[in-house]
Amino acid sequence: MRQSIIQWFRFGSPQSFYPLAGRLIPWFWAAAAAFGIAGLWISFFVAPTDAQQGEGYRIIFVHVPASWMSMFIYLVMAFWAGLGLALNTRVSGMMAQALAPTGALMAALSLWTGALWGKPMWGAWWVWDARLTSELILFFLYLGFMALQAAIDDPRRADKAGAILALVGVVNIPIIYFSVKWWNTLHQGSTINMNKAPSMAHTMLWGMLLMALCFWMYSIAVALVRVRAIILERERHTEWVKHAVA
Amino acid sequence: MQWHSAGEFFAMGGYAFYVWGSFGACAVLMFAEPLLARRRLSEVRRSLIRERLADELELQQKNS
Repeated sequence: MRQSIIQWFRFGSPQSFYPLAGRLIPWFWAAAAAFGIAGLWISFFVAPTDAQQGEGYRIIFVHVPASWMSMFIYLVMAFWAGLGLALNTRVSGMMAQALAPTGALMAALSLWTGALWGKPMWGAWWVWDARLTSELILFFLYLGFMALQAAIDDPRRADKAGAILALVGVVNIPIIYFSVKWWNTLHQGSTINMNKAPSMAHTMLWGMLLMALCFWMYSIAVALVRVRAIILERERHTEWVKHAVA
Repeated sequence: MQWHSAGEFFAMGGYAFYVWGSFGACAVLMFAEPLLARRRLSEVRRSLIRERLADELELQQKNS
């Protein structure tokens, strides 16, 4: 038991995490591709035309996964940042830094696909509605986190400052999630509700879940590639890096 | 399957611009991001290899 716990802590060191990440990356790419192919097939060829929105509703198959991931990545990023702040583990700060650009990308895709969905359905690219505004704030939180880290030369201090920003920003996540309930918004209610059976066709639901899994696996894969680069950049003066890069 | 021809598929019931604009943006960004991350990794690797070669060269010159 004790031995296995120590095993987990071992991966907190960049030296053992670097090769582990390298071994995991191909598996996550493969999973992303498999879920993506299945998800796209359902999105375009299996899911029926929507009674109200025609074919325009198909944007949901990228809009919802991107929005979910933008929120989920933020929580994971804040978790690693907080862990780094509390335990001073080195890989935690690097993980948080590696996740931020992918989170920002997901938030940007959520806003972009939302605008392209809003225009034909609501008649407006953008409205200052609670859901849209809080998602825009999330996008700015990611950009702020990256800018703050880039502005501080000492990586350990940059991690600490970034962690505080990330943790304060967590309050925005429930605001986004519950915004459609708390305020009277133009944005439709949650697609999937924990308390009642989904109101959409099963094939639509499956397409969305598969696409969400694809986005999830993609995010892990790309963040692991980036964390490997960050590990080498930050540890470049250590002996093990000199041996790892032969 | 609800499509009768490729043209009908690409027209997306009149929503072509919005649907393909959404899926296209996702495809482009999710293709570019891994390339950029990979480039960052190979750049730092290359500079580390250069550094090591320079160290070895220096050592050789000292010894000879």
